[in-house]
Amino acid sequence: MENKGVMIFAEVTDGKLSPITRELLGAGRKLANDLGEELSAIIAGSGVVSTAAKIAAGVTDKVYVVDDPLLKDYCTEAYAAVVEKVCQIAHPRILLMGHTTIGSDLAPRAAFRMGTAAKTDCIALDIDDMNKQLLVTKPIFGGNALAVFTMETFPQVATIRVKSMTTQAVESTGKGEIIEVALGLDPAAVKTTVLQKVVAENEGVKLEDASVIITGGRGMGGPEGFKQLEELAKLLKGAVGASRPACDNGWVKDIMQIGLTGKIVSPDVYIAVAVSGTTQHLAGCSGARNIIAINKDPDANIFTEARFGVVGDWKKVLPGFEAEVKKLMGK
Amino acid sequence: MKMIVCVKQVLDPEAPPTKFKIDPNAYNVLMPSDAAPVLSPFDEQAVEAALRIKDANGGTISVISLGANLQRDVVKKPLSMGADELILLEDPAYVDGDSWSTGYALAAAIKKLGQFDLIFCGRQAADSDSGQVGAAIAEILGLTQVTVARKVEVMDGKVRVERVTADGYETIEAALPALITVSNELGEPRYATIKGIIEAKRKEPIVWKPGDIGLDTFKIGAAGSRTRMVKVYQPVHVSKCEMVAGANEEDAGKNLAKKMAEARLL
Ligand SMILES: Cc1cc2nc3c(=O)[nH]c(=O)nc-3n(C[C@H](O)[C@H](O)[C@H](O)COP(=O)(O)OP(=O)(O)OC[C@H]3O[C@@H](n4cnc5c(N)ncnc54)[C@H](O)[C@@H]3O)c2cc1C
Repeated sequence: MENKGVMIFAEVTDGKLSPITRELLGAGRKLANDLGEELSAIIAGSGVVSTAAKIAAGVTDKVYVVDDPLLKDYCTEAYAAVVEKVCQIAHPRILLMGHTTIGSDLAPRAAFRMGTAAKTDCIALDIDDMNKQLLVTKPIFGGNALAVFTMETFPQVATIRVKSMTTQAVESTGKGEIIEVALGLDPAAVKTTVLQKVVAENEGVKLEDASVIITGGRGMGGPEGFKQLEELAKLLKGAVGASRPACDNGWVKDIMQIGLTGKIVSPDVYIAVAVSGTTQHLAGCSGARNIIAINKDPDANIFTEARFGVVGDWKKVLPGFEAEVKKLMGK
Repeated sequence: MKMIVCVKQVLDPEAPPTKFKIDPNAYNVLMPSDAAPVLSPFDEQAVEAALRIKDANGGTISVISLGANLQRDVVKKPLSMGADELILLEDPAYVDGDSWSTGYALAAAIKKLGQFDLIFCGRQAADSDSGQVGAAIAEILGLTQVTVARKVEVMDGKVRVERVTADGYETIEAALPALITVSNELGEPRYATIKGIIEAKRKEPIVWKPGDIGLDTFKIGAAGSRTRMVKVYQPVHVSKCEMVAGANEEDAGKNLAKKMAEARLL
């Protein structure tokens, strides 16, 4: 059977489509239009998917809903079975997922199960006019190079980097058909149990939603420096982020890591303090509209991405900065 | 516990970005920079995860590395940390593959090794940044996978994994055998001991050619790939940074605030 159409794997949080899903819908619709083919979605879960399915149906041509108690918590085996089952029915040409906790685990496994292949953490998607093949652009070597790949097997599976696609206002046609698919998986096939989920969220503004982020790097030298960044973040109504070494050293929580293997953020203002600006770090913050860098090394790579920069020791630069900000804000 | 760890030799990902070069004429060949190769950092953490279980529960650790021109001092590092044996899949036929064809070859080597309880991989290699070889091995061998682990323990014949999530972590219990991919949140890999270095020097790696593990060369490396690179390039950065100075560093900080206010960034 010929593979046709673009399918997205929707993620649902609190009964709503998650932000990455809205990105996938925008990107998927564009590819579907380029191909002149349908856009469909998979929604899977246990008892919570019906409202989300209705929303997705508004902006897709078909929604495949798989509702099963085995899908209550994410587990690779059950969700790979979902993807395989739906693809056996729908035969999509392209399958897109978010490069998230779920998508990055699921996409490769489901792809291999179906005898095809995936590319992960892609930042651009195109259709080759010549042969209708999907072309994906993916940063490699931590972002030092960009590579364009195609897959020679179907469905062509790709995971999309969070915040790499603009969340287009997706027109609601309200015409999408909802198709219920039974999972039919033997519970014995699932050999994992989720014992607990630990949420280590910080107080205040969430990094993903913050319009101002102040990030500290290895040059902060310890947890004390981050206290100053927190003060400043409060003043600017922003959030504090960190480079990987600051997390690895235990100065701040792991969930504050920005970068390739941390969080992807896109604030209006990203103030990088004592961060050298490696490509792996920039992968998480290059979507910021304005990067401001404070670093004692004039040759630090972070300056190549910055709009404003100060060369100096943060211990001396920050007090002046904070005093002036307070003055300007009339505090 | 019989454990297997898959490790990859890569160009040093911590080398300064300015050192990184691609040959634009070579279409899809990445030029080696003059930086010395290293083990992909997450793979060292995978070795560390296995060593911690060996410390707690006992057992053996076999390390497998696939590639060409594998530098012995690089790939022997897990031995000097405390791993027991090293198997190299070293042959031109193995290289330039994608995650599938690489996982395919590694799975064949694992089958030849026989019974095992746990397989460890890094969460992603620092060159391809793909994070899929673990899934390929798990799929081929029909194993449970848990990815992006920050803690791995074996108790009551099961493996307990703390898996990193966007807002914290979740604890997952899985039946053995299983495949785990490891992230940096696990903590620093241990240093090699002097004794370990001496022992590693003495141990010769076992080299398996494709024929030794029953592999047809058309199924591995570039020939066995399901994906194809059609273009590779280096993004160009035009620096537009305005440097803000001052009478002294504190003053520069003040001027920065003023500049940002002017640009409506405060
Ligand atoms: C596969 C892979 C994935 C990775 N993922 C991530 C990721 O998601 N996020 C991430 O951040 N890293 C990641 N890394 C690590 C990355 O390669 C770098 O090691 C890291 O980003 C460096 O962090 P840094 O800039 O804080 O430290 P460094 O590179 O050590 O830089 C510290 C900077 O502080 C400056 N400094 C020191 N003291 C002062 C002072 N008193 N005042 C002002 N400036 C000062 C120095 O000039 C220097 O520029 C990853 C690496 C790999 C291999």
